[in-house]
Amino acid sequence: MDKQLAKKYLLGMLKIRQFEEACGRMYMQGKIKGFLHLYIGEEAIAVGSISELSEDDYIITHYRDHGHALARGMDPNKIMAELYGRVDGSSRGKAGSMHLFDSNLHFMGGHAIVGGHLPIAVGIALGLKKQNKNGLVVAFFGDGAVNEGEFHESMNLAALWKLPIIFYLENNQYGMGTHVKRSSANPDMLYKFADLYGMPSTKIDGMDVLTVRDSTREAIDKIRKNNGPILIEAMTYRFRGHSMADPSAYRENEEVQKWQKEKDPIELFKQYCISNDLLNESDFKSVDDEVKEIIQECLNFAENSPLPDMSVAKDKIYNIN
Amino acid sequence: MTEMNLRDALSKGLREALDTNENVFLMGEDIGIYGGPYAVTKGLFEDYGSEKIIDTPISESGFVGAGIGSSMVGMKPIIEIMTINFSLLAIDQIVNHAAKMHYMSDGQLSVPIIIRTVTGAGGRLAATHSQSFEGWYASVPGLIVVAPSNPSDALGLLRASINDNNPIIFAEHSMLYGVTGDVPDQYYETPIGLPKIIEEGNDLTIIAWSGMIPVAQEVSSKLKDKKLQTEIVDLRTLNPIDFELIFNSVKKTNKVVILDEYWETGSFGAYICSVIQENCFDYLDAPIAVVNSLNIPMPYSADLEDEVIPNTKRVLMKIDELLGL
Ligand SMILES: Cc1ncc(C[n+]2csc(CCOP(=O)(O)OP(=O)(O)O)c2C)c(N)n1
Ligand SMILES: [Mg+2]
Repeated sequence: MDKQLAKKYLLGMLKIRQFEEACGRMYMQGKIKGFLHLYIGEEAIAVGSISELSEDDYIITHYRDHGHALARGMDPNKIMAELYGRVDGSSRGKAGSMHLFDSNLHFMGGHAIVGGHLPIAVGIALGLKKQNKNGLVVAFFGDGAVNEGEFHESMNLAALWKLPIIFYLENNQYGMGTHVKRSSANPDMLYKFADLYGMPSTKIDGMDVLTVRDSTREAIDKIRKNNGPILIEAMTYRFRGHSMADPSAYRENEEVQKWQKEKDPIELFKQYCISNDLLNESDFKSVDDEVKEIIQECLNFAENSPLPDMSVAKDKIYNIN
Repeated sequence: MTEMNLRDALSKGLREALDTNENVFLMGEDIGIYGGPYAVTKGLFEDYGSEKIIDTPISESGFVGAGIGSSMVGMKPIIEIMTINFSLLAIDQIVNHAAKMHYMSDGQLSVPIIIRTVTGAGGRLAATHSQSFEGWYASVPGLIVVAPSNPSDALGLLRASINDNNPIIFAEHSMLYGVTGDVPDQYYETPIGLPKIIEEGNDLTIIAWSGMIPVAQEVSSKLKDKKLQTEIVDLRTLNPIDFELIFNSVKKTNKVVILDEYWETGSFGAYICSVIQENCFDYLDAPIAVVNSLNIPMPYSADLEDEVIPNTKRVLMKIDELLGL
């Protein structure tokens, strides 16, 4: 780890944090509508894992997708404009927060039907393998999604066909208001689902960006060697409600505060940087300034982008090329 | 009479069912501790406990199937599927199992299950979360589909559904939960299958249900400016339908507009249209107008969503164009 890399990770996480905070504010102001799911608290997973991927690799994720998109390098301007429903958004304002796409970056979408993207991840990996292409697929999903049949069908298919996939389980311990202890029969062992399909798996601290990075790197090495899938269960916590509509009556404030105080991935990483003489307060300040500028710019960009008209709405229903 | 909103009317009906029938239980995602995704079941977990109000994992096929099975051995499950969009994960259980069991067992088995679910667009939830599939389900023999538009029908139809022995899709529109209205204090049921004339008029008939009722009402009030009296028929139930009332209205007004939030192609509204033209052809003064959502996956952006869903402006234009009114 050197200074430059440390800055990169910090910037990556802070960019997501402040982007999400801005989204929350703009939702309150009515600029963003619909369902908005913030990634605050989970930044280390997107940044630690996606920073290990190459251009050839693919990402597919669920509706809590801003963090993954930003970590992949998607343009914050395009994302914010999409959230504003404007014509310069990634899907020209047609898709909104839950459905971000950037095919140039192999970012194959945010998908809003729980578990629905997992068979698709299998298919992308199958397609890559059949064409002898290099890439692997990382599929992010939540602890709630493991209870859908599609999760199990996907795990079996991926293992059966030895496909290059990392099933990246972001265990933030709640699916909406339901704690994993109330939704899974063996809640501490979700990563063990992999055993039944003969797939390697690990459970890691998802609040530590370096742990995430190292585990991802290891998984990628393994996949490149034997081509079969791997499951990583990253333990994390979402600091905000499930979506902006969440009444949040299902968990104690103290629980949230404890996680925020003790396990904030950004604070933890800052401490690491200080104790290892990588970055100091003035570095933090310059990263923070840089991020603030990015966020301000994307808000201005979105604000100034026009609304789409009906010709946009009618476009791209079919591929007519 | 007590004034209440549609959400509270449903909650009242659910409590009543839990209080009076020991075999009733509720099951669905986040209906308990979270308080219900649309707050219909708010407070029930606290009052009835975890045996009666079951929070399920996100396993639509699993818990709908479990509901079906339990109903085959004497339970009366009221299942909530968070929205009708997610019912597609359970459609095999609903269409291939619930709808077929009674028929294939030649009456030996029954599936008296209620599946409550949220239909419709309007919340800027975009393409995957804004669909209106109640018409699909209504096309399946063996299923009953109800879709109330106001609090008293919601309660009355819920009561009737609880006393019915068939699988019932109970479609609630996300934009109607706050709609208020008078609800009779004494017990009543709203018969399944019976449409209702909610506004009387002689000049044209608008047939609609669920989220399209407010649009019909707005159109009607706009037409009053032109001195036109609109008759609004609220279907309330999509399968079965007692068509007599509809035919009589058509015979009186001779002009029909049907509003359906589903897409144009293959819509339930088009089916209603075909039944009317076959039975009332000689009474029609103009082609029947069906106004649907445009054939576009729901876009997120505000103005676009408003354009895609049937809106007052578009209905009035269609009335002008086809009916010359
Ligand atoms: C098939 C389906 N069922 C239900 C929903 C509604 N829903 C959206 S997110 C969610 C919770 C998912 O929790 P989890 O997988 O743990 O992801 P998290 O939101 O915690 O990141 C639910 C129930 C949905 N979108 N799709
Ligand atoms: Mg979760």
